[in-house]
Amino acid sequence: MNIPSNLMYTKSDEWFDPATGKVGLTDYAQAQLSDIVFVEITVSAGDVVEVGKPIASVESVKAAAESYAPVSGKVIAVNEDLLNAPETLNRDPYGAGWLIQIEGADPSGLMDAAAYEKYCEERTH
Amino acid sequence: MTDERTPKVVEPTLFELSSPGRVGVTFPEPDVPRAKLPESLLRAELPLPELSEVDVIRHYMRLSRFNYSVDGGFYPLGSCTMKYNPKINEDMARLPGFAFTHPLQPIETVQGNLALMYTLQQWLKEISGFAAVTLQPAAGAHGELTGVLMMRAYHHARGDTKRTKMLIPDSAHGTNPASSGMIGLQIVQIPSDRRGNVDLAALKAACDETVVGLMLTNPNTLGLFDEHIEEVIQIVHDCGGLVYGDGANLNALLGIVRPGDLGFDVMHFNLHKTFSTPHGGGGPGSGPVGAAAHLADFLPSPIVGIVEEGDDETPPLYGFIEPKQSIGRVKAFHGHFGMMVRAFTYIAMHGADGLRAVAENAVLNANYLLARLRHAYHIPYDRICMHEFVAEGKVEGSDVRALDISKRLMDYGFHPPTNYFPLIVHEALMIEPTETESKQTLDAFADALIRIAEEAKTQPELLKSAPHKTPFGRMDEVKAARDLVLCCWLPEEKGS
Repeated sequence: MNIPSNLMYTKSDEWFDPATGKVGLTDYAQAQLSDIVFVEITVSAGDVVEVGKPIASVESVKAAAESYAPVSGKVIAVNEDLLNAPETLNRDPYGAGWLIQIEGADPSGLMDAAAYEKYCEERTH
Repeated sequence: MTDERTPKVVEPTLFELSSPGRVGVTFPEPDVPRAKLPESLLRAELPLPELSEVDVIRHYMRLSRFNYSVDGGFYPLGSCTMKYNPKINEDMARLPGFAFTHPLQPIETVQGNLALMYTLQQWLKEISGFAAVTLQPAAGAHGELTGVLMMRAYHHARGDTKRTKMLIPDSAHGTNPASSGMIGLQIVQIPSDRRGNVDLAALKAACDETVVGLMLTNPNTLGLFDEHIEEVIQIVHDCGGLVYGDGANLNALLGIVRPGDLGFDVMHFNLHKTFSTPHGGGGPGSGPVGAAAHLADFLPSPIVGIVEEGDDETPPLYGFIEPKQSIGRVKAFHGHFGMMVRAFTYIAMHGADGLRAVAENAVLNANYLLARLRHAYHIPYDRICMHEFVAEGKVEGSDVRALDISKRLMDYGFHPPTNYFPLIVHEALMIEPTETESKQTLDAFADALIRIAEEAKTQPELLKSAPHKTPFGRMDEVKAARDLVLCCWLPEEKGS
């Protein structure tokens, strides 16, 4: 399982990149969901999102899941490419599979990579 | 390597079977002058397949043999209550007096139908403990929609318009959030505690004056009866909210517990689950809704009632009644009448003691299977279950998944359990045997699952490439979901 050390994480399996403000789903989440077949991003550039509020819904052959804002802030970009190629989220969850980009957000309160790895291990046993 | 996805049999489409000039029916020459249609309404070609009656019958007969049905075998699809549909139900539904009536006939000419509907309403009230029942909704989720519309109408009628949230436990049926979302309510998910009950602290924290109510599936999708059911209902009532009961799992409670007595305000029944009317491609559903006295005026209109009292010599006149503050009509005409005849027959054939025995045997069968499977598969919420239980589709020392186990079950001749639901169990296998199965069937199913757990360790590839003995191998579910074909094509356009 891939958990980059430069990112911050939520209990609902989103990652947040403090350097770029990008948000996405973790490798753990994409593996649990299995083949993702549909992504809908429910916020638009310019929206102000609140931490914990839904930003996207993701459907796989197994399940449908909501994805939540890891931080509060203003959305400056959404990944439109994902809508036509949802499988990108499986292939490259930390790269081309990003969901939205949030400006000027405060990542305090999120887990670091070590804490998130421990959290994932607890859930698989 | 052979491609598992190559079908072992191929059934051509009707268009491919078409042979020019072949017909199923020939009409006699008309003995009246032919009416002339305007040229503008005529088309030069009508590309329909040309086939004889026997071609068509054999085509559909072959297709039907690819299918799996309750009449063909065990169908333990969790939360769907795929019980056997006794054939007397079908005989009754085909009686000409039921089958050949029209919903617009004057009520005086359909008193038998109306008496049946009225009696079914009375019986459902007796079974559930509610004050009034509508038979209109087309199926379970439609009943849910009807119920949540009634809950909102109740609040609005009291001038209470700030309620916008619906609380839904994470062990509820998946249709509950959809039904509330459809009328624009905000969904708040309530987690389960370690024993699979509603987490009381989380419920209390979520309850306030903005809550429309709680939608509770009890027994829930883990097959567990909430151990604090009365407290859960009280907490919601204390904040002014109402409690909706998802009656999909009513089979476990028949004759034992009445949701109306527990304090539920409104609930739907699934005639096509609890009362055996056919289900899953076998027929339409039917989702009557029961309401406690304070919600009865909001039921959809009309409901069947007595419009003129009878006496010792004359029967009453049955007709239609408009509830005073009705949310309006939710279905064309009066709902799926044929399903009502079947459910009526089922209840009449069982009687009160028989219905209680249904629930007892459904629970006994589920617990028997649970006891036989507990050592082969991990049961995350392992306590005495009701009509169903949820196992994890994983095997220690193997990387097979619930999907692989389910596909392999098809090789043993069984329909797989519900997969990947509820979401709170990883790799969920939700197993509901129902009361109509014998011990021999339950043992054969348990033996197969235990053997599959062994195969998972010794020959995992056998599972991952299953099924092997069905007319078609493993379907490409990803392609089916990603590459949607939402329109048909006419034959000459095919391949373009």
